Amino acid sequence: MLQGWVIVLASFLYLGVLFAIAWYADHRSDHGRSLIASPLVYALSLGVYCTTWTFYGSVGRAAANGIGFLPIYLGPTLLFALGGFILYRMIRIAKANRITSIADFVASRYGKSQLLGGLVTVIAVVGVIPYIALQLKAVSNSFTILGNYPEIVMPAAVGAVPLFQDSALYVAMILAAFTILFGTRHLDATERHEGMVAAIAVESVVKLVAFLAVGAFVVWGMHDGVGDIFARAAAVPEVATRLDRADAPAAYGSWGTLIFLSLFASLLLPRQFQIAVVENVDATHLNRAVWLFPLYLFLINLFVLPVALAGLMHFPPGTVDADTFVLTLPMAHQQETLALFVFIGGLSAATGMVIVETIALSTMVCNDLVMPLLLRMPWLGLAAKADLSGLLLEIRRWAIAIILGLGYLYFRVAGEAYALVSIGLISFAAVAQFAPVVLGGIFWKGGTRDGAVAGLAAGFVLWAYTLLLPSFAKSGWLPEGFIAHGLFGIELLRPQQLFGLGGLDEITHCLVWSLLANLGGYIGISLLRVPNAREARQATLFVGGADVAGHSMWGGSAGVGDLLPLAARFLGRERAEEAFQRHARSRGLRAIDELPADARLVNFAENQLAGAIGSASARVMVASVVKEEPLGIDEVMNILDEASQVRAYSRELEEKSQELTRATAELRDANERLRELDRMKDDFISTVTHELRTPLTSIRAFSEMLHEDPKTDLEQRTKFLGIIVSETVRLSRLINQILDLAKLESGRAEWTVTAIDVDEVIHEAADSLTALFAEKRVTLDLSGLDKGLTVMADRDRLMQVMVNLLSNALKFVPADSGMVRVGAEGTASEVRVSVGDNGPGIHADDHEVIFDKFRQGSGGTDVLTDKPQGTGLGLPISRQIIEYFNGRLWVESAPGAGARFLFTLPRQAGDNDKKTGGGT
Amino acid sequence: MIRTRLTSQRLAFLFLLGCIFFNYPLLSIFNKSGSFLGMPPLFAWLMGSWVVLIALMAFVVERTRD
Repeated sequence: MLQGWVIVLASFLYLGVLFAIAWYADHRSDHGRSLIASPLVYALSLGVYCTTWTFYGSVGRAAANGIGFLPIYLGPTLLFALGGFILYRMIRIAKANRITSIADFVASRYGKSQLLGGLVTVIAVVGVIPYIALQLKAVSNSFTILGNYPEIVMPAAVGAVPLFQDSALYVAMILAAFTILFGTRHLDATERHEGMVAAIAVESVVKLVAFLAVGAFVVWGMHDGVGDIFARAAAVPEVATRLDRADAPAAYGSWGTLIFLSLFASLLLPRQFQIAVVENVDATHLNRAVWLFPLYLFLINLFVLPVALAGLMHFPPGTVDADTFVLTLPMAHQQETLALFVFIGGLSAATGMVIVETIALSTMVCNDLVMPLLLRMPWLGLAAKADLSGLLLEIRRWAIAIILGLGYLYFRVAGEAYALVSIGLISFAAVAQFAPVVLGGIFWKGGTRDGAVAGLAAGFVLWAYTLLLPSFAKSGWLPEGFIAHGLFGIELLRPQQLFGLGGLDEITHCLVWSLLANLGGYIGISLLRVPNAREARQATLFVGGADVAGHSMWGGSAGVGDLLPLAARFLGRERAEEAFQRHARSRGLRAIDELPADARLVNFAENQLAGAIGSASARVMVASVVKEEPLGIDEVMNILDEASQVRAYSRELEEKSQELTRATAELRDANERLRELDRMKDDFISTVTHELRTPLTSIRAFSEMLHEDPKTDLEQRTKFLGIIVSETVRLSRLINQILDLAKLESGRAEWTVTAIDVDEVIHEAADSLTALFAEKRVTLDLSGLDKGLTVMADRDRLMQVMVNLLSNALKFVPADSGMVRVGAEGTASEVRVSVGDNGPGIHADDHEVIFDKFRQGSGGTDVLTDKPQGTGLGLPISRQIIEYFNGRLWVESAPGAGARFLFTLPRQAGDNDKKTGGGT
Repeated sequence: MIRTRLTSQRLAFLFLLGCIFFNYPLLSIFNKSGSFLGMPPLFAWLMGSWVVLIALMAFVVERTRD
């Protein structure tokens, strides 16, 4: 039943079904009900990693060297373990910067460099062509083999076929047509292809089920389980060598190299980048894909080794290519349906790869290579054209056709010289050259465009020299001597033992040299200069990528008609309108309606809402009305600039408000002091009034008595008049002192400052009081006065202080036995005068109180009643005077032990040497 | 969520674990003839540790889903 037309019909039916699925997914997507928005579909579409290399080639690899096929799948597993650090970051960056391909990613990172974008595109196209050739080879081989059923004929045995009978050519043409239909039906700004992703996910299921079906047939249909196969294989000596790898450490080295290589390839291959990053619907889908995709890889590899062993045991050595065991084993057991299913599985593996890869490459070729060149040709007049979408599609269609053509060419040139896996590894090594600039780009801010260009170019040249050119040489398109004796016969330049580096397999050898040159160029050249402004801004976006993307920035727009009602819902209509009005005025517009529907307005609205409902909720609310578009880099930059300006303004505002707070606090303190002073003034006035009334009352009482009774005898009259006179004296003294104090406190007192001999002033004061001391029979002892002490002060005022202190002492000492002792001594910096007495003393609590106005310390009784002995202003006035001259006045005393008043005054420099007169 | 730092770090730990599982010198322990559950020891080790690693990744990611 397996005639050629059946196979062709089945193939076209399958492709038709795929196309229908793609069309349906696109249709759903247009209606907003995405079919692919699920982690499972995302993980399955990532299965595009498994191509015919996996489907056919793994078994061939396993047949050649046992578990050697596995590292290619362990690498991606490890990559996804790093998903949070690398993939998630790249998705966020790509979404924030509207990245459409890996060339775009690299170009954008290093300052939107067209040169870099073009270079990445060239490397990707050249590097991936062997990989496409691999798919063509696998499909055309499987077609040839299946077409010869029930015989098992190897394509190599068929020999060279004329061009137009080569099935690979037709496969290439059909795949090109199919890809063009798939990928370039219409132009999408974000370069996302929902229909394609859905079809790829379905293909992943088909190839997995097909492979598992073959595996199950081989393990349980042909044998009694896995254990049976291994047991039988161990019994056949030439097969048993595939079971264990008694290898040297060098083999572990190449094993590790392959893990490392596939880790990068599963990220950097254009189709992997397309599916994992560009086509990603929602970054959170990565969560589940982190383990779903490795699980897929695990399942598709489950039966590889058993199938390989079964093939080796079933077919005589050398008769059947191990790359075809998956197909030939069912054929050898007449399982026609299974064989057809396997063929379809292989077809799906190939079509999936070719479709995504060529679409990704054609986007890169168009956007990063052809269009920049066309736009530089002014005579084409492209820049002036309003609609270029038709031209873009045309370029992409041609790019797809040419890429597949090149793939076919490589297949014709070099395809037969290699096994499937070896061809694929050449491509893996090529895309590994992107690793330094991509990973460096998202983790290191110092990379520059020059460094990236140097690194990529060096890596690419070395890759081509050590891996690509030898593949031509092995096919006879370059002289054989190229590999054996090096370029121009120079032994050191042997491409697979460059500079004499031997003992490595060709892939490891290539990676050592190319990545060494790549990294060296990238880092070394980057460090030659600091990144320029543009590179530095892009570096900030990419390295801090996740943060920037999470920042509240809107690339979309919404009009006042949407935003005002939204704001009004949370702020209230009046407030919202007022705020929008304010915003309009700040932009020089008269009315709300004139506000343009731009990102600034959206930001304003979000900020308004954030104040009311928090920034997270505000973003969600604004998102509900904003049609968000991914931001272009320039827009992001503008927004960042604006944001930093706003930050600067708000810092200024903050400083101003802090100043204001400080001023307010000072004002409050001043006000407090004023209130206190006001209260003190009130107290003072009421006390003064009271003090004045006491003598007045007394004067009035005695005057009235004299007035009403003219017959008062003379003795009585004299006594009364004496009292009146003394009370009047007291009254005038009181008034004088109050005036004095007022003058001192208000600062209006007049001071005549001269050099004064302290000893002289004290003597003068004592002289003026001699009569009073004698009257009370109190001893005044002036023996403790040091001579020649000079201070700068007002003579009259100092005299006033001395008189005050002496008369104070006189008042409190007992008559007859009283003793007042005056002392004066000089220290280095000041003159100290003391007036001691043997009066009742002053309680410690009163030591400060007595310096208050109208307070007198008199043995604990209330000072303001009961025969006041003074005005209560002498000490406060004295203290004011002493403090005016930067001195101190205080008392040392204890009850019953007398009191000692002391004051100090700053000493005039050199006063001891100067002969100073006391005069004014 | 993969976005939380802790989950990312747990996964990175599994990455390092995988690097050790799948490479020399641990591989050389199993690189010998013999049979484990009917399979060659190296094959059994690689497939076994691989599936355990995937299970651990699933556990880390799914447990912290919010």
